[in-house]
Amino acid sequence: MALWLARLALDRWRQAQGCARGEGSDAQPLALVTETAHGPRIDAANDAGAAGGAAPGMLLADARTLCPALQVVASDPAGDLAFLERLALWARRWGPWSAMDAPDGLLVDVTAVAHLFGGEEALLADVHRQLEARGLAVRAAIGPTAGSAWALARYGPPAAILSPGEDVIARLAALPVAALRLDDDVLLVLRRLGLKRLGDLAGIGEGTGGRDAVQRRFRNRRSPAANPLIRLDQIAGRVPEPLLPVIAVEPCLAERRLLEPIRHRPLLDQVLADLAGDMVRLLEARGEGARRLELGLWRVDGEVVVRRLELAAATRDVAHVCRLFATRLDDVDAGFGIELVRLLATWTEPLALAQADLDAAADAHGISLAACIDRLTVRLGAKALSRPVPRGSHKPERAQGWQAPLDPVRPSQEVFAFHSRPLKLLERSESIAVIYASPDGLPRRFSWRGQAREVARVEGPERISPEWWREKGGSRLRDYYRIEDASGCRYWIYREGIMGDARGGMPQWFLQGLFG
Amino acid sequence: MDLATLPTAARLLTLGQGAPRWRPGLPPAGPVHHEIFAPADEAGGAAFALALALDSLRAQAPGEEARRGVFLAERPLLWVQDAASIRKAGRPYAPGLPPAWRNRVIHVAVKDAADALFALEEGMRCRDLACVIGEICGNPRALDLTASRRLGLAAERHGVPLFLVRHDAARDISSARMRWQVRSAASPLPRWNAAAPRAGPGVGSWHAELFRARTHPPGEWTLHDDGQTLIAERPVAHATAPDHGAMAGAAGA
Repeated sequence: MALWLARLALDRWRQAQGCARGEGSDAQPLALVTETAHGPRIDAANDAGAAGGAAPGMLLADARTLCPALQVVASDPAGDLAFLERLALWARRWGPWSAMDAPDGLLVDVTAVAHLFGGEEALLADVHRQLEARGLAVRAAIGPTAGSAWALARYGPPAAILSPGEDVIARLAALPVAALRLDDDVLLVLRRLGLKRLGDLAGIGEGTGGRDAVQRRFRNRRSPAANPLIRLDQIAGRVPEPLLPVIAVEPCLAERRLLEPIRHRPLLDQVLADLAGDMVRLLEARGEGARRLELGLWRVDGEVVVRRLELAAATRDVAHVCRLFATRLDDVDAGFGIELVRLLATWTEPLALAQADLDAAADAHGISLAACIDRLTVRLGAKALSRPVPRGSHKPERAQGWQAPLDPVRPSQEVFAFHSRPLKLLERSESIAVIYASPDGLPRRFSWRGQAREVARVEGPERISPEWWREKGGSRLRDYYRIEDASGCRYWIYREGIMGDARGGMPQWFLQGLFG
Repeated sequence: MDLATLPTAARLLTLGQGAPRWRPGLPPAGPVHHEIFAPADEAGGAAFALALALDSLRAQAPGEEARRGVFLAERPLLWVQDAASIRKAGRPYAPGLPPAWRNRVIHVAVKDAADALFALEEGMRCRDLACVIGEICGNPRALDLTASRRLGLAAERHGVPLFLVRHDAARDISSARMRWQVRSAASPLPRWNAAAPRAGPGVGSWHAELFRARTHPPGEWTLHDDGQTLIAERPVAHATAPDHGAMAGAAGA
């Protein structure tokens, strides 16, 4: 059985607004748009918008000329996909397994299932009723193969049923070739060849040598979506078509319903330790470690307090988790007592079993790097810890990026040995006043932070041009000089621009880095 | 603890006298808490801390490792800076770090000295770190004798050396095992064509005064790192204009 949620994006938007079709804010013309290189483009338009002239695929500027009152909302493809995934899980009510057919379809295996609903017509009626009750416009069809059901759901009559005895190709002959689930460029080729209906293509295959001709035309196309013959065979059931079913992964959850609501911290710590022990056993059984944990505390009066914890590396250490949560529980107000405590691992990663470290050994040998980073992150915040990584850029301040300390570092080119770079870079280049012999010559003296410094030794310039592919046309080149002043301090200064480059007035001088 | 193993008062008094003078490459007596006083508007303090850390690692590593320049399985380095240090002296810049440290820095930016002390102590308790470098600006109230004693004990207990750079700070009371006053010195002249009228700046060079150490007598050196080892020259007595002893005295030792 194939389901086609033709207006999924709009239906989701309408659900978020809480209005029925054609009422409330849906009565105004509205379009969901995506930003593209050529300006916003319409993904979907509601009834009023479509009546005004907006059509999917149109540029927003074109649609506005037709319908000036058109309202615009950004579309949310990632949200739609997540919704479709949940819907696919829910759709297993009609069959043992279901698969997503992104962006807006579902496939459900209903082999030998229909009699449970009272026949295939009743099954389709149930599908329509259930989904329309949820505000989703749907077209459903049943066929002996996934391809035939897909074609009927999109291009066939409403609630079409193709029973296994019938000739699939004959029944689908009148549908357009787009029903074969082909890529756009293949559809264009077929249209130029004059093959408009599915029957035209199947008819060629029956003649002598006709199928060979089509085969030769598409001989390099291995992917089913690019080869109409493979698609045709899949529809007819001559070639298998594997589908990828969705499988729900239950998050690890441990909870304690407490007979007597607890109001004191030592008891809560005890419950937390028990929960962490349960969680560790659950995770161990699955060979996983927790990366993100959520502790929910349900109070007697219905208030819920949630504390989240992120770990730098997957862990199954009870003491570590308890210690990290202990600092987060100081400000919990127990009120009249907490009656339900629940620990949920919302993000887990594979973690092989390892020999548990004895507590004494950990004390003697110190803690591991991941545990150290967790401890620092809990107190200082996630942004405080970072690791410098090289990035591809000529601009010194852009050539270094910061990422989380334990993330893998991407391979990159080693720093050039002939580039001298300072040990430290100031957060922002500081403006300095420089005295020089000639405008393009070497600096002689400069003043920085209110103190004049005599230049004793200087090397330069090293010219770094602006990155024209990133910056505006008016940005100026930089000439860097390495300076050593009379007292031995070494600095990295630069002059932004040169005289007469027609990009501003006199060149400015800045101090950017300090050499060790 | 066994009382017999503790040094007697007489031995503690004469500890510094029989001890050898500090020199680069001397194996450290143990993981030590160093304190490095340096001006904030130059990177000499941090560069000296890195060079000293590298020097003590080279001295610890067995001969073969030291010769090839492989150190302690490339363990990372924790670099803690408070907000004032970042504002005044900038952040570490990986392309300019010494090649041995370039890909090993984990940077911690904290807002004040209290958080910095917490991060330093947690860092020293981690067995996977090669060393911990801290930068704290001025003389904050949180960094008192008790705090510095905690740091020193943590360094000795867990075997991770600490190099604490004090920017623009007066020499207050501290229990650091080795205390240095550091400023940048004129870099060595190029080996070839040293007489060129305006040669460019050379490798980083520092004037370091060891003014308090438990196991070494105090002294002054001019140091630079030539890529393989740390090289020291004793400064000539009648050298550069500012008399360092007078300057340090004015800073309020």
